[in-house]
Amino acid sequence: MNYFPDEVIEHIFDYVLSHRDRNALSLVCKSWYRIERCTRQRVFIGNCYSITPERLIQRFPGLKSLTLKGKPHFADFSLVPYGWGGFVSPWIEALAKSRVGLEELRLKRMVVSDESLELLSRSFTHFKSLVLVSCEGFTTDGLAAIAANCRFLRELDLQENEVEDHKGQWLSCFPDSCTSLVSLNFACLKGEVSLGALERLVARSPNLKSLKLNRSVPLDALQRIMMRAPQLADLGIGSFAHDPESEAYIKLKNTILKCKSITSLSGFLEAAPHCLEAIYPICSNLTSLNMSYAAGIQGSDLIKLIRHCVKLQRLWIMDCIGDKGLSVVAMTCKDLQELRVFPSVHLGNPAAVTEEGLVAISKGCPKLHSLLYFCHQMTNAGLIEVAKNCPNFIRFRLCILDATKPDPDTMQPLDEGFGAIVQSCRRLRRLSLSGQLTDQVFLYIGMYAEKLEMLSIAFAGESDKGMVYVLNGCKKLRKLEIRDCPFGNMALLTDVGKYETMRSLWMSSCEVTVGACKLLAKKMPRLNVEIFNENEQEDCSLEDGQKVEKMYLYRTLAGKRKDAPEYVWTL
Amino acid sequence: MENSYEKELNLEATELRLGLPGSDESQKRSIVRSNKRSSQEVSEEECVSKGSDVTTDDHDQDNNVVPPAKAQVVGWPPVRSYRKNSMQQKKEEEGEGSGMYVKVSMAGAPYLRKIDLKVYKSYPELLKALGNMFKCTFGEYSEREGYNGSEYAPTYEDKDGDWMLVGDVPWHMFVSSCKRLRIMKGSEAKGLGCF
Repeated sequence: MNYFPDEVIEHIFDYVLSHRDRNALSLVCKSWYRIERCTRQRVFIGNCYSITPERLIQRFPGLKSLTLKGKPHFADFSLVPYGWGGFVSPWIEALAKSRVGLEELRLKRMVVSDESLELLSRSFTHFKSLVLVSCEGFTTDGLAAIAANCRFLRELDLQENEVEDHKGQWLSCFPDSCTSLVSLNFACLKGEVSLGALERLVARSPNLKSLKLNRSVPLDALQRIMMRAPQLADLGIGSFAHDPESEAYIKLKNTILKCKSITSLSGFLEAAPHCLEAIYPICSNLTSLNMSYAAGIQGSDLIKLIRHCVKLQRLWIMDCIGDKGLSVVAMTCKDLQELRVFPSVHLGNPAAVTEEGLVAISKGCPKLHSLLYFCHQMTNAGLIEVAKNCPNFIRFRLCILDATKPDPDTMQPLDEGFGAIVQSCRRLRRLSLSGQLTDQVFLYIGMYAEKLEMLSIAFAGESDKGMVYVLNGCKKLRKLEIRDCPFGNMALLTDVGKYETMRSLWMSSCEVTVGACKLLAKKMPRLNVEIFNENEQEDCSLEDGQKVEKMYLYRTLAGKRKDAPEYVWTL
Repeated sequence: MENSYEKELNLEATELRLGLPGSDESQKRSIVRSNKRSSQEVSEEECVSKGSDVTTDDHDQDNNVVPPAKAQVVGWPPVRSYRKNSMQQKKEEEGEGSGMYVKVSMAGAPYLRKIDLKVYKSYPELLKALGNMFKCTFGEYSEREGYNGSEYAPTYEDKDGDWMLVGDVPWHMFVSSCKRLRIMKGSEAKGLGCF
């Protein structure tokens, strides 16, 4: 089959980078499989329980970069009880024992211990990059180990993790010899860091492009840091509140003028509205702006800021911007590609957004392809118009705060609106539904959403038919998560083979019973079918007829996992 | 069955009950969802709220459509717990809206009060307001001796949880680090500079 010597094929494979393409290569023939596995450097594992670390290491000895995801997505919303799993230690231990020269580790929704971080920091001399997203289980002591021991560290990126602050000076543990930092994000940390150590670290990191500070870094320190790092492209501001007459604030305003390379701003974890003026001069360079944590900034101030941001491609904002504010975005940000509008803490906020804002955006921003929109209401007419104006959606996630609210103008379910979205957006890969929905919407999804990979459903549908439409129709479906829907055993068992083509299925508060899950597990030995039995009663036997509160199933080559807590029953 | 007198009083509007505004007695069963409720209940509720034979007549609509209780459904709206927690923390710290309300306590007072620090521009203004609120006076502030000569001393808890004497740091710094206020009696405040 090979017309070329191995070295040539290897060289060609060097250009093939995406995981899917690489996976495809490995299936062509035995010799390509062999060459591919020896040259593969980056591996993505969407479910850490789908394979054992040992098997991974055996297949890819040249592994340099590993991405792992642990808990199911609905863990983000407190639907997965504590202790479910997703521990990274077996992976780090196995990698440490092996000859793998790990350089990059990216984890999402995993449980990470200080011991694991310590082991990681000591085991791989060329370790360069640690990215932790929505993880938990570690403290600043673990970070201190990373800082102290990873001599060539380029990236330490902590996004939305729950980190216990042990008040040690972890940031001071970066040795003077560490000058390689390109990206440092500690915005999610609650404790203080040594400001002196931070400034010195920034000063000796000429390659630092991305820096995201936490709330404890005051405005005057921010100014000094920005002075030392005019090359920064991506800045996360911690505290941004100061007396506007003060010298510190005036200094900051002047320093900001020099930071022409900043294209991405985030943070504003503590921001006073009057301070936002200081940013106006650099707004016209911004391609990405995240104000979604800036509580206390009113819609009017946001609007003033946005008017300067003509090049924006990505905007994350709170719904206090209102429909009017979104009209301003639509007029100003013609290059907008990704928009996320988050709900303010105070529900019933009169300035929150509705279909009006979204329609305005769709009219003004035809390049929009990713949306996360928390709103008070949505109409079919609105969705139909959005579908017409923006046929390029890849991700469309709509969350109506009142989960079963119909179209307020017609009192109809939103089937037609979402139907229009899936029919128009042929490239749609991710969809989240809400509002009053019947089985009809699922018929549309099954019919039109050919590229759909991830679907999130809540409080929707009328019968098993809904789920069956989706399972039958969406050939590319990888992740399906369902909560509080009347889908039951018939739907679950309609096509058991389908689940091996998917990464996972989550069903909670639906109509499936223990018996059906047992049957499914029996028929499909390469699936782990987990039931969470949170019943605190002593009598823990599960009867077949009992409804299942939470079920999570996933395909796996690793068999039943050994680290499941007591309440998880793998059938 | 309501007589016109009761209607005028609009008793319903002031009635204390559990449930969302706009829902009435017949819908109370639906609201609280816990992880452990039986699914029988669920399908029944959902039939009621999603039934395709719900009439579009407005009156009926109000009675038949039962939205999940906004504050009581676990995991809805689907906002990451990290985001929720950090907003919650900020809400507690910053108070409501753009005001900055902090609790004020005084030894011997039966209940606490709240004041909005953003309303004041300087220490003298704040102390005057506190004095009015609690019917007390503070002596003159000096760095060396605190509030010498007064029966009371204003103190505050800062971000680190320490109790500090009001007046030592610049005003804006005080405002951003003050979590709560306490008016101490001179006898309590010995270490803080009052006789």
